Amino acid sequence: MSTSKVEQAGGAGYLWVDDRVPASKYLKKQLGKVFPDHWSFMLGEIALYSFIILLLSGTFLSLWFKPSMIEVVYDGSYLPLNGVKMSEAYASTLDISFDIRGGLLMRQIHHWGALFFVAAISVHLLRVFFTGAFRKPRETNWIIGVTLLTLALLEGFAGYSLPDDLLSGTGLRIAQGIMLSLPVVGSYVSFFVFGGEFPGTDFIPRLYTVHVLLVPGIILALITVHLMLVWFQKHTQFPGPGRTQRNVVGYPLFPVYAAKAGGFFFVVFGVTALMGGLFQINPIWLYGPYIPDQITAGSQPDWYIGWLDGALRLMPNIEIVFFGQWNLMLNVLVPAVIVPGIIFTAMALYPFIEQWATGDKTHHHLLDRPRNAPTRTAIGAMSLSFYVLLWIQGGNDLIANTFKINIFVITWTLRIAIFVVPPLVFVITKRICFGLQRRDRDKLLHGYESGIIKRLPNGKYYEQHQPISPEERAVLLARAEAPLPLPMPEKYDANGIKQKGYGVKKLQSRLSHFFYNEQVPMPTAAEIEEGNHHESELTAERNYEIDDARTKALAPHE
Amino acid sequence: MTIEPYDSGDLPEHKPRRSDVDPKAAKRAERQVGFLFIASGLASAAFIVAYIVTPVDKEMPLPGFGSTNASNLLLGITMGLALFLIGAAAIHWAKKLMPDVEVVQERSPESSEAEHRDALLDEYRRGIDESGVKRRPFILGSMAAALGLAGLPAVVLLRDLGPLPADALTKTMWERGMHILIAETEQKIRPEDMQVGTLISAVPEGIDLVMEEAGNLNELAKSAVMLIRMDPAEIVADQTPEGKEPWSYEGILCFSKICTHVGCPLGLYEQLTHHMLCPCHQSTFDLADAGNVIFGPSSRSLPQLAITVDEDGYLIAREGFAEPVGPSFWERG
Ligand code: FES
Repeated sequence: MSTSKVEQAGGAGYLWVDDRVPASKYLKKQLGKVFPDHWSFMLGEIALYSFIILLLSGTFLSLWFKPSMIEVVYDGSYLPLNGVKMSEAYASTLDISFDIRGGLLMRQIHHWGALFFVAAISVHLLRVFFTGAFRKPRETNWIIGVTLLTLALLEGFAGYSLPDDLLSGTGLRIAQGIMLSLPVVGSYVSFFVFGGEFPGTDFIPRLYTVHVLLVPGIILALITVHLMLVWFQKHTQFPGPGRTQRNVVGYPLFPVYAAKAGGFFFVVFGVTALMGGLFQINPIWLYGPYIPDQITAGSQPDWYIGWLDGALRLMPNIEIVFFGQWNLMLNVLVPAVIVPGIIFTAMALYPFIEQWATGDKTHHHLLDRPRNAPTRTAIGAMSLSFYVLLWIQGGNDLIANTFKINIFVITWTLRIAIFVVPPLVFVITKRICFGLQRRDRDKLLHGYESGIIKRLPNGKYYEQHQPISPEERAVLLARAEAPLPLPMPEKYDANGIKQKGYGVKKLQSRLSHFFYNEQVPMPTAAEIEEGNHHESELTAERNYEIDDARTKALAPHE
Repeated sequence: MTIEPYDSGDLPEHKPRRSDVDPKAAKRAERQVGFLFIASGLASAAFIVAYIVTPVDKEMPLPGFGSTNASNLLLGITMGLALFLIGAAAIHWAKKLMPDVEVVQERSPESSEAEHRDALLDEYRRGIDESGVKRRPFILGSMAAALGLAGLPAVVLLRDLGPLPADALTKTMWERGMHILIAETEQKIRPEDMQVGTLISAVPEGIDLVMEEAGNLNELAKSAVMLIRMDPAEIVADQTPEGKEPWSYEGILCFSKICTHVGCPLGLYEQLTHHMLCPCHQSTFDLADAGNVIFGPSSRSLPQLAITVDEDGYLIAREGFAEPVGPSFWERG
């Protein structure tokens, strides 16, 4: 082999590797890989970086934390608790906070990091939902994302529970009460998980393994697959000039994207460290050790558990007793198991539900603007309002205290609102989306309203419209016109025999109508041409012709 | 359907930045980036100094926040800055000095070509054929059975995670004649010690020993009770079954302290209305009316402990709880 450029450049180390794993061709391609740029694409990055921060700070904490419920008598630097009996877990958390330099900082970084982690995942998920980034071919990554969110909630709750302070112990007690409510197996589940009665002495060590090994291991594996898929399928992009379904427009991995993303990691880490230094979080020494017959008023879980707590608070007290011996605790099961189960399942399946309703089997690499998918956006807004209402209810005691409102009034208001508000939000959001679509259509046809009023020689006034910029034009043109709703299937075929799968088809058609019963038609190229032409004269009244096919499709059936 | 390929026009023309055209501006950007990196290095050094110099337990005032731990504050700020400045420098560098021309890359094909798919299928069929599973179904069947069964031991192994509940959920240590102790002082209590309107957290006599022997806090998690004294005239009802000796004593009632919703200890007592509110999800129990639920998610009244006094006038349990305390469960009945 002659001396290659690499050798001349002093890359002997790389040659050593490449002689064993020849990867130059592959790596060459990857270094130039293009990543599109948009602020909302950084949300997933924040989640990833928070996870790394959590791994680092968590490893530090694990050097001192003792996951044990053995009772000890505290004698450390925090004088108010000197001589108090507590678990080793709580005592070692106090030690980390008061006797180890940087320990409190790492604890607070770890806690802030956890809050950011869940928040970033949640907002990232909303971004992906509202822009339709979950559509084919990215359904798998959506499911992985939903799983990651679930695991993040679990992991956060586990971490919150480990210090064995009064607040976390109370949280665990609630978790145990929820386990008890499971039909048939409840008390067994609780006894297996806690190694007997609550609280026992097995739980914290068990939870520790779950928190530092099991769940983070799964999260790490899923994140890896998540990123590999992003890499392999290439990132989606927003519509714009020069951006199509078939290309990716952005900056190459090396050096621009690497510098930006790598720099952003340090920014996230830096901000988290500053938060850890400046803002106190979870001061467990103020709560005291967990004692099963004690409680503090106004105790709140971390923000991401608030909606579950709210659901528990919202539910009326329905318990059914079968034959006087078996109890079904709907008051606990519905808010803590059934509703969350439905929500997460529906969320995971959403890409497939939408696909089924639309019959859309094509690949999508250009993102939707939320207004251009009104039903999806309305579903998202509706779900969000449902979540927010539960979350508000989770803080109903704080609201009651702060605003001096009777807590029963708040609860009853929210009990009603949870049924009334989400459907309203659905309808309103859909209307807003169509309004925005109409405005976009107007802009395409007539340009934007300049605010300049002109007077014609014949005395008429009109507002002068200006043509829109090519950038905006490209964005507006990218709207995908929704397909026609699937027709209602015939119940009987020509021979009068009932069609196979009639019920399923009927459901699909119903769903399809629900998604696509209405739409603002995209202007045709000719219309745009003509519209722009017209604009020099009067702004015409705008009537939307609804094309014939659509009118037919929407005609009432049955 | 998308109007595909929709006419997205051309990429907007690249507008050069100042640092692209003005060497001075580029030089300035270079200096800024370098300065940010240096500042980060200084912050790292400051972190080490703060680590060595600041005692771990020193408090210092923080305007607007009261006071804070000095070590934590200084370590946090220096570490935060050290990291943040690296990030700021890298991003500044990328934005000002690295090319900002957007690059267009074609996407790879959306799926494999048919010939490749077919070739794969052939290869797969060859493998299946060579393995002979189709011709020898016995192997496949027995393998499936073996794999399935191999999973069972893993499940069985978990059996010893905990004991079976037996009667642990239905029984507490309370029994006839047991003294009621003030939880805080662990002292016996006489009715005279309680004024009308007071509420006292209480535990069964000997609970300390039980817990010490068991090495856990389990008993406290279910035996905790509260004593409440109210004007007997205000008691609408208690849980005394018909024809039995009264469960309350001279206006003193004893209820389980464990919320029947999902088990939080109860905490917020309103003297005037005799309402006990659970701080967790606001289940509200009317202690003057047999501990019934008057609001919130809990579906069961608070179990009442029958009490009386012994010959020395101390409060004792008349008998153990008549029903399970705490959250409901499937086989509770
Ligand atoms: S635990 Fe008391 S209301 Fe939920």
